[in-house]
Parts: sequence; C-alpha cells; structure tokens
Amino acid sequence: MLEAFHEFFRQLAADYPSWNFIFFYRETEMNRVAQGIWMTIKLSVWCVILSVVIGVVGAWIKGSRHRVASAIVQGYIQFFRNTPPFVQLLFFYFALGQFTPTYSPDGWLEYPIISNVGWAIISLSFFAGAFNVEIFRAGVEAVPESTREAAEALGYTNLKAYIHVVLPLAFRVSLPALNNNLVNLVKTTTQAFAIAVPELLYQAVTIWNDYPSAQNPTMLLLFVVYILLVGILVYGMHRWERAMRIPGYGM
Amino acid sequence: MKEPANTTATWTADQPMVSINDVHKSFGELEVLKGISLDVMKGDVICIIGPSGSGKSTLIRCINGLTPINSGSITVEGQEVNSPKLDKLALRRKVGMVFQQYNLFPHKTALQNVMMAPVHVLKQDKAEVEKRAYALLAKVGLTGKEHAYPGELSGGQQQRVAIARSLAMNPDVMLFDEVTAALDPETVKEVLVAIKELAEEGMTCILVTHEMGFAREVADHIYFTDRGVIVEHGPPATFFSEARDPRTREFLGQIL
Ligand SMILES: Nc1ncnc2c1ncn2[C@@H]1O[C@H](COP(=O)(O)OP(=O)(O)OP(=O)(O)O)[C@@H](O)[C@H]1O
Ligand SMILES: [Mg+2]
Repeated sequence: MLEAFHEFFRQLAADYPSWNFIFFYRETEMNRVAQGIWMTIKLSVWCVILSVVIGVVGAWIKGSRHRVASAIVQGYIQFFRNTPPFVQLLFFYFALGQFTPTYSPDGWLEYPIISNVGWAIISLSFFAGAFNVEIFRAGVEAVPESTREAAEALGYTNLKAYIHVVLPLAFRVSLPALNNNLVNLVKTTTQAFAIAVPELLYQAVTIWNDYPSAQNPTMLLLFVVYILLVGILVYGMHRWERAMRIPGYGM
Repeated sequence: MKEPANTTATWTADQPMVSINDVHKSFGELEVLKGISLDVMKGDVICIIGPSGSGKSTLIRCINGLTPINSGSITVEGQEVNSPKLDKLALRRKVGMVFQQYNLFPHKTALQNVMMAPVHVLKQDKAEVEKRAYALLAKVGLTGKEHAYPGELSGGQQQRVAIARSLAMNPDVMLFDEVTAALDPETVKEVLVAIKELAEEGMTCILVTHEMGFAREVADHIYFTDRGVIVEHGPPATFFSEARDPRTREFLGQIL
C-alpha cells in the first residue's frame, strides 16, 4: 500500500520532471518536511501563548495609574507596530544576539543561551503582542465602568477586578480581532527562515535547492500546510468563542 | 466624656454607624454637595429624596469611598472613609451597595455572582459560601434561578440577585441608589419587599428612592435634598404632612 504510494510519485516524477513530489517517496525529504512542520507548529504555539500573555499584561499596565509604566507600554506598541517584523527579527538575532551570554556544555564549543529559535519566538511574540495589547485594550474599554465599579464596591482590588470581571468580558469582545492577529502571526513565522530556524519554509527551500525539479510540488505543499494550520487555529478559536458565549448576553 | 468617633477601636453601637459631617464635593466647577451632615444609627432606615441632580447618588457613593470628597468627614463605624490610611477592604465589607442598573457580572450565573466576592475577596471556603449563596437567593425569592445568567433574568430578578450579592459579604450597612428606578412597575414591588424584609430584620439601610409610599412605610427618617444641601428632614409621620420649606412642598406636590 505504502509502497504503491511511493511508486506512484516516483513514476509521476519520471513522467513529468517538473512535478517531482520527492518528499512523498524519499525518506530524507519526508523527514525534512515533518521536522519543518513540527518546528512551525512549535513556533506558532509558543508565539501565540506568549503574545497573548504580553497582550493581557500590557493592556493591564496601559489601563493602570502608573504613568511611567503606561508610557513604556505605549512606546513598545509604537515601535513594534510601526516597524517591519522582518527587521525586528534581524535586529533581535544579530544585534541583541551578540550580547547574549554563552555556555559550553562540553567545554569545547560555546553556545549562546538563546538560540535562533529562541530569538524567533521572542521577536515574533513581541511583534504580535504589540497588536494584542491594543486589541485587549479595546475590549477592556468596552466593559462598562459600572460593572468594574460593582466589583470595586464588593472589595475587589483593581487587579482582582481585572482578572475576575474585566478581562473575561473584554476577552469576549476581543476574540474576533485576536483571531485575525493570530492568523497573521502563524503566517509570519515563515520569516524565521531568515535566521536559519528550520521551520517549514526553510526545509522547503532546502529541498528545492537540492532538487530543483521538486520546486513546484514543494510550493504547493507550503500552501496546503499553511491553509491547514491556519484552518485548525481558526476552527479552535471559533469553538472557543462559542464556548464562551453567555446565554442572554448580547456580546 | 464621649470618645470622638474616629477610630474603629472606640466605636460602640450607641454612636452613629454612619456619620456625615459638613461634606463638600465638587466636580470641577460644579459644587454638587454643599455641606451635608447626617447621622445614621445602627438599625436605622433612612431615605434620601430630592429632585434629579441634587447630589443623592454622589452622596451615597461617597459613603463607601467610590467618590472621594473635597472636605468634611464621613465615618463608618468610626472608620474615616477619606483617610489615606483607610483599609478599603474593611470598609467595603462593612458597606454593601446596590445600584440602579444592577451591575451584575454578566458572565457569571446568579449563584456565581453571589459567591464571587466572598471567595475572591474574603477567601472564604467555597462550599460554605455556596450554601450561604443558595440561602440568600432563596431569601430574595429566587430559588430555581441559581444557574440562570443575568441576561436570562428580568430586571426585578437581577436586582434581587444584586441584593443577595451584596448581602453575601455580611455588611453592616446597605446603600441603595434608586434600585427600582429602572424596573417595570410590576417588578418594583418584589424588590421593595426584599428590601423591606431586610429593614425589618434590623439591617441599617440608606436608600435613595422615588417611591414615596415605600419611604413612608419603611423609613425611620427622611431627608430631602436639593442642589447639594439637606433642605428638610424628619420622621415620615411628620415629614409628609408638615413639610415647611416651599421647595419640599413643591417636590412632594409633584411626586405624590
Ligand atoms: N463623575 C462626575 N463627573 C462630573 N459631574 C458629575 C459626576 N457625577 C455626577 N455629576 C454631576 O453632579 C450632579 C449631581 O449628580 P447626582 O448623580 O449625585 O444626582 P442625583 O441626585 O443622584 O440625581 P438623579 O435623581 O438623577 O439620580 C449632576 O449635575 C451630575 O451631572
Ligand atoms: Mg442618582
């Protein structure tokens, strides 16, 4: 069965040289694709989680009475929203990367404590996080002041009211915009290619450099995989949105 | 000589539970409270009435520190509300507040609304709080609605959840700010009944209301405010029949 599958694509490549689906019949290329997909998933999951955490914390600080902290968050947003994420990534990796301490597990080679994968996660999380702060901030502003005040009258501190009352309501308002931003984030993980993070695009390019005849099929593969990944994300977000829907509440 | 009523340690039940002295409050140029003084003893039910914009809501919000005052003093059980050393949590567990628009937490069921503050703020045992929450909802006539969300309840039902939510903190004094003003005439009564029961159990209550019949029935004392001052006050028996000030008469004439 599997052998027939391999044989089919081997034959296809022989008949039509520009349709060499090499990753369907050669184990090395198969592994490259699998590793690339896995790395892309890891990048996406980490960046989604970290950028949401940045958004939640940033929205809290921006709404707090700490003027200086709020101004710092505002500066952060302006910087990351108004510069290209690609340049940010290069800056993190090449500029800040020089100053990160190294460690040497074997006593021979020096490894930086933050790898290129680490820098990609940090840089992309900060990039998407800047948008998430704004998205959650808009959600927080949609929560009526009177609801927050009711919590205050019950003895809630500002932070507790944010966690238990404001944020759960703000989240529901923010989900559609958050959804868009996270979709963008998953697509933007391809930029990690530039600092040699072995994610899917990197592996794909490696494959077609080795086998130019595999270029068309590999591009096709890229589109299909990203459509699937984004589809899963969007499906999950919609499920979540539905699960959070409040009976009798028009949000 | 009697101790001045400004430290918690020395407060006793023969002193005013809530004491308001010459309170002034401005929003920018607009002076909303122009020297308000009144005392509320433990177990008292007082009603504040007056035309729109006279500062009733502002006054009631000052009592639990939601709105800071400019001068004068407010003490609750001897605790100075506007002292920088105020323990806000201590004040807010003593003072319950019910709002005109209910302000329930829309993402939580009736039961959860009642349970939240004791669990989150007072860190009380969840199982114990739950039992109390069921009892409180039963008390305000909402047995069977425990698991409904606010959006699934009528205005009157929501307001009774809000009352139960406040009571769950075991307050010593309850503030009600026109809590029936947003309700349909048919549902006003169910809320008033709940408040009346509370008053009869000896809860100290400060109510802003337009329900004159209700005020006459439950209040020990009625205060009429207009443009930031208390124009006239007295027990209901004399207040309604013997109002002297023309502003009071005009207001009562319009509303009765
Ligand atoms: N946060 C605020 N900022 C500025 N002005 C305010 C604020 N709150 C109240 N005011 C003003 O203070 C005045 C008194 O308001 P308040 O709500 O205390 O009146 P009220 O007696 O409760 O009236 P009503 O019967 O309509 O509820 C009004 O003129 C109002 O516009
Ligand atoms: Mg008012």
